[in-house]
Amino acid sequence: MGKCMQGYLDEQFMELEELQDDVNPNFVEEVATLYFKDSARLINSIDQALERGSFDFNRLDNYMHQFKGSSTSIGASKVKTECTMFREYCRMGNAEGCLRTFQQVKKEHATLRKKLEHYFQLARQAGPKETARRSK
Amino acid sequence: MADEVPNLAESKLTALVVDDNYVNQSMHHKLLDRLGIENDVVCNGQEAVDVHCSGRNYDLILMDMDMPVMNGIQATKRLREMGIESKIAGVTTRAKEEEMQEFMEAGLNDFQEKPLTISKLLSILHKLDFYVHT
Repeated sequence: MGKCMQGYLDEQFMELEELQDDVNPNFVEEVATLYFKDSARLINSIDQALERGSFDFNRLDNYMHQFKGSSTSIGASKVKTECTMFREYCRMGNAEGCLRTFQQVKKEHATLRKKLEHYFQLARQAGPKETARRSK
Repeated sequence: MADEVPNLAESKLTALVVDDNYVNQSMHHKLLDRLGIENDVVCNGQEAVDVHCSGRNYDLILMDMDMPVMNGIQATKRLREMGIESKIAGVTTRAKEEEMQEFMEAGLNDFQEKPLTISKLLSILHKLDFYVHT
């Protein structure tokens, strides 16, 4: 994991990299793609719920629980931290806090996406011998 | 760590991943693959029950707790009521103690906190007597 990713991704991302091998040389990128597809859907759902002005904190918390779960699984530490904050505001029934924190969630998510896109681009340029961690 | 991962393919173990999250499904499937454990994936507790009703059976079930349609607690209870004796390991994000208690009492053999890693999965396999550290 490059220096540019430090702070944005934790040791869980390295666990993912350990699973990459000759059989699935693009495993990490595939998981990241799944994550961004899933998280985009959740962001959209939360956005729509907040735009309606209906603060159903239970529903918002459920969405964010899923978002946090995925973020944890991929090692997205900063996104995970913001998700946790959002859930705290949900528990407190603090609408303003939810709105403010959600902007941070989206910001960290967008930053992570850009960094990972760059990271995978570099990995592809480096070639399969550099990216596949296991050889048979 | 990659060099220490055992291959359990000879043991012909089978596993079922029960999780509604696509990222976790992909990861847990790959983790099991890496250990040489043949595995299937379903999206919720109801599908886990259905796949057993169709006649499939597994040595190990990795059961998420929070899922739509039928959650992990309900699914575990239902599977035990059906007489399914597979080892079931609950895989959860940090939950309240009473929720964990309820999940264990539903019929789990073990539980681990998500996200799963190779070492956590090996711990499950070791505790459930599928794998002996050498």
